[in-house]
Amino acid sequence: MNELIKMSAADLSAAVTAGDVSAVEVTAAHLERIDAVDGRVHAFLHVSAEDALSQARAVDQARAAGEPLGPLAGVPVAVKDLFTTVGAPTTCGSKILEGWYPPYESTVTGRLRAAGAILIGKTNMDEFAMGSSTENSGYGPSHNPWDLDRVPGGSSGGSAAAVAAYEAPLALGTDTGGSIRQPASVCGIVGTKPTYGGSSRYGVVAFASSLDTPGPFARNVLDTALLHEVMSGHDPFDSTSIDAPVPAVVAAARNGDVSGMRIGVVTDLSGAGYQPGVMNRFTETVELLESLGAKVTELSCPHFKYALPAYYLIAPSECSSNLARFDGMRFGLRTGSGSAEEVMAQTRAAGFGTEVKRRIMLGTHALSSGYYDAYYGKAQQVRTLIIQDFDAAFSQVDVLVSPVTPTTAFRLGERADDPMAMYLADLCTIPTNLAGNAAISVPCGLADEDGMPVGLHVMAPPLADDRLYRVAAAVETAFTGRLGHPLLTESKGLDA
Amino acid sequence: MPITRDEVAHLARLSRLALSDAELDHLAPQLDQIIAAVAQVQEVAADGIPPTTHATGLTNVFRDDEPAPCLTPEQALAGAPAVELQRFKVPRILVEE
Repeated sequence: MNELIKMSAADLSAAVTAGDVSAVEVTAAHLERIDAVDGRVHAFLHVSAEDALSQARAVDQARAAGEPLGPLAGVPVAVKDLFTTVGAPTTCGSKILEGWYPPYESTVTGRLRAAGAILIGKTNMDEFAMGSSTENSGYGPSHNPWDLDRVPGGSSGGSAAAVAAYEAPLALGTDTGGSIRQPASVCGIVGTKPTYGGSSRYGVVAFASSLDTPGPFARNVLDTALLHEVMSGHDPFDSTSIDAPVPAVVAAARNGDVSGMRIGVVTDLSGAGYQPGVMNRFTETVELLESLGAKVTELSCPHFKYALPAYYLIAPSECSSNLARFDGMRFGLRTGSGSAEEVMAQTRAAGFGTEVKRRIMLGTHALSSGYYDAYYGKAQQVRTLIIQDFDAAFSQVDVLVSPVTPTTAFRLGERADDPMAMYLADLCTIPTNLAGNAAISVPCGLADEDGMPVGLHVMAPPLADDRLYRVAAAVETAFTGRLGHPLLTESKGLDA
Repeated sequence: MPITRDEVAHLARLSRLALSDAELDHLAPQLDQIIAAVAQVQEVAADGIPPTTHATGLTNVFRDDEPAPCLTPEQALAGAPAVELQRFKVPRILVEE
């Protein structure tokens, strides 16, 4: 394995800036890795080889000309295929957008380009970000680099797999109900859902607009914070963007001191349905944090048990509205014959996959007259009660912790046609989306039963994203110290 | 309240999804199961609790109404399935009764 692909983003950008290695060499090494392994992982839907090398040449030329380089100079980033990118297709994992080239650039990818990052390709995902395994992709699933017979999680599974397989040191995802944290957890890497409104949704194809949050993936906590910082901040093009300073996530990731920090264990997120190996690693990690000086208490958030049903009313309702734009008239697939309305219905039937159809119809039902108050209206009230649970908890503690997801990566096909079983993967992550808080997944060991990675879930109040990185850095430092190497180096799925 | 296959067919029409009989047979029982599960929200005592539509609490975000750069017609039409006279060309919209 080429040493460049194992390096952190922080070290790569320092080496490129110092002139120890060129951005072209870094990019070529990652393209070579993609060539070597992506036939087995299928993390990417599109690899921008030529374009990535030309972005890299521009960085090298800027350095040669003595121009200042950005904080991610020469660092390859894999981009979930729902960020619009000029010059590369954007499919959202859907056949309805096959071959579509967006006419404008998303704010987040624009900021990465300005920071000197190399956009190396677009990653696989559950269609329109609806799913927890990438099996709902219109282009076939991605595979977990730890065990190719297992899912990489989802919906941002391609991004998580790309980072875990050393195809890119950084990746972008979006998290609507857990779509960054759950794949990060089951692939043994770090992933953050920033505070809602902390990162721009402009140019992010919409699934559920009140929940969708772009965020970072990386193999270590500091790299995750670096990407978090570069991609975040107020954007006038997104009316829900928060006009406030970006939380000091990089400083927090370099600090990692949890002494005196008040940590609350959410007792509602445990019990039946949680894999023993997941709970064992979780309990040990809480004890570890206590040994590092954190003050740990248990507390209950009584409405969290209604978060999953509320989410599966709110998210499908918003999606049934957002996906009305895919009508076969202005962009994307058009198929069938007859009137515009008939063509629309045939195009949508041919272009959308089963899960997207399920959710559009579920949302249409929840918003129907006669059902609105009982379903959508009630779910919005439950959302308020969940926010009140968080407010009460954060009046007593600085952060909350739980497992990220009740099980390790499941086997491909195991839950593919059982929607309710699939939805349970997001049991612990959904409350954060409903409340608009920030949360992170950081690796905390391997489950005894199957040797697959487990993540610790840390939740913080809105705009307190920095607290996540203090806890995550403490966990990472302690585990790496104990093992003598990063957890990910124990992955044998690809490089036995 | 269970949802019938006929109701699912109605939802498909409202959703502009021309589903086959096989798809309706497959999806109807799944939607029934999902709706039964999400109906749990009705157990929650929420009288007098205001709804949350959005977590940030932002309201009425406006900008000044000033001209700014935007897409050219060629860019806007570049992904269209059919174009004529610098416009989106669509199938007939009005249908004879």
